[in-house]
Amino acid sequence: MSANLEQPLDVASEAETALVVGSAAVARTQWQLFRRRFFRHRLAMLGLFILVVLCVCTFGAKWVAPYKNTPDLLADAAGPSRKHWFGVDLVGRDYLTTCLYAGRISLKIGLFVSVISTVLGTLTGAIAGYFGKASEQILMRVTDLFLLLPSLAVLAVGLKLAGGKDWTIILVLAGLGWMGIARIVRGQVLSLKEKEFVEAARAIGCSHTRIIIRHIIPNLVGPIMVNASLAVAGAIIAESTLSYLGFGVQPPKTSWGKLLADGKETIATKGYLLYFPGLLIILVTLAVNFLGDGLRDATDPQAKH
Amino acid sequence: MAASREVVLSIRNLSVEFKTDDGMLKAVDDLSYDLMAGETLGIVGESGSGKSVSSMAILGLLPKTAKISGEVLFRGESLLGRPEGELRRFRGNKIAMVFQDALASLNPVMTVGKQIAEAIEVHDSAISSTAARDRVVELLDIVGIPEPSRRINQYPHEFSGGMRQRAMIAMSIANEPDVLIADEPTTALDVTIQAQVMEVFERIQERTSSSLLLITHDLGVVAGVADRVMVMYAGRQVELGSVDDVYYRTAHPYAQGLLASLPRLDRRVPGERLHRIKGQPPSLIFLPPGCAFNPRCPHAKPGICDTSRPEMQTVGFAHASSCHFASELMTREVAS
Repeated sequence: MSANLEQPLDVASEAETALVVGSAAVARTQWQLFRRRFFRHRLAMLGLFILVVLCVCTFGAKWVAPYKNTPDLLADAAGPSRKHWFGVDLVGRDYLTTCLYAGRISLKIGLFVSVISTVLGTLTGAIAGYFGKASEQILMRVTDLFLLLPSLAVLAVGLKLAGGKDWTIILVLAGLGWMGIARIVRGQVLSLKEKEFVEAARAIGCSHTRIIIRHIIPNLVGPIMVNASLAVAGAIIAESTLSYLGFGVQPPKTSWGKLLADGKETIATKGYLLYFPGLLIILVTLAVNFLGDGLRDATDPQAKH
Repeated sequence: MAASREVVLSIRNLSVEFKTDDGMLKAVDDLSYDLMAGETLGIVGESGSGKSVSSMAILGLLPKTAKISGEVLFRGESLLGRPEGELRRFRGNKIAMVFQDALASLNPVMTVGKQIAEAIEVHDSAISSTAARDRVVELLDIVGIPEPSRRINQYPHEFSGGMRQRAMIAMSIANEPDVLIADEPTTALDVTIQAQVMEVFERIQERTSSSLLLITHDLGVVAGVADRVMVMYAGRQVELGSVDDVYYRTAHPYAQGLLASLPRLDRRVPGERLHRIKGQPPSLIFLPPGCAFNPRCPHAKPGICDTSRPEMQTVGFAHASSCHFASELMTREVAS
């Protein structure tokens, strides 16, 4: 290459260098950007705070709870007071303590169901959408089939047969909760796979698996996150419904839904037995939704900083 | 640039057809050419002339609905009909592509550095991430991106148009491929950036001595960088020769029409209008019989051009044309 040809290139490079130097002050790595956006998201921070506090208090109930979680037959049921913030339940337990212990199972079910159903749904949707043809027909018809099932009835029967262990509840709920995300992911993949960057990835020699995992799914982090956070709330509510109907968590274990079910007997006289677990369910649901919002905004690389 | 006579890529009777509701669409029709080591071959033609489709067929990137026949030989190894897993070893490694729209061709949620590193890691799973990173920085430096060690952490949308195309080029040369296919690499860029990007290609060829298949409809770009030119029309090759042969000893009426339609500052006659080729390109499903260009050709002779399909015939040293009257055309042009 001759020297005079090189000239304009260098001039341009210098101009670009100057521009780059000007912006160097705000340059950050992707992780820093993510943290920065996420921690600036007020609602997400509120949601995270609520979730962390609830997790610490429930999973650490042994140390945090104000009383022992054992019945005291000498104590009378009583409404909220300064000594017992949530009141005392029918068998004389401090109701705050009971709620904290019950929260363990509710949160565990919510989190695990969300993770399992999201992974299952994302993979199903991504494979169906990416490969198309027979695999899509089969996977999406199975999805339709699962959507057609009257889920509450199937859940109830399934749990009756499998017994009310935590993990069976989690697996049954996840097994009936992955279809929504599968459909969303499939729809998105159908349009994403036609994008030129997928073709470019094939042109550099990427395998289909690699393209799905490294190129397509990262583009769907937003919708997947939002769905996963909604799934946490959905699972907690589904578990509550089942427990309320008597199919979920079996005594002596208890969950917020179970507390609701027990509380309904005395709704006229001891309403607080119903309200507190109900409030906790609403609180968790709101918190995970806020969190999901924040995660979605923070993971979008094209968002304004 | 002196090209050695070693053939790197050999295309033989390549045809690509797509099934449509109206019948078979012949996107590429009996294409044959050789790409020599180190040379730049420009493929020109209007939209739909089969330039891109033929290059996609080389790497097996066409959808499965495409019916491909003929032969594609890379250093003697046949590529057509190979299973996907074997083709992957060639893609991005021996033969790499640069796409037209760099923004669309880069994954928006992956940093540029990671995407380029991927091109290396896919073909060398043993490479450490620091080694890959160093190589990416080196590559970005080669294509003229300032501050590469900082740039690798940025996303495509943080790059300017010219920078993105440079990043795409960096990705394509990551494994020092023998053949680089650039599909309209400068079409989406403005003229000054075009020149810079073409210069990057030249510099890379000097470093790695890879061959460049430059697909474009910009005759000016081809004239500037290509060693040889192939002109395509309606999925067929109509003329193939050195840049000088095709530009100054044009042996096909379509190529003549294309060149005459270029505005030229040095031969401008005041008041003269730009030359144009009459008519429309034919439908690729209902191609005219005989020469595909005959309905629009000023020299077409009934009984010959509309009945028999012309084959590529040699009209000079390494210069071929698919016109029945190629030699007459050349003598007429020299005379005028």
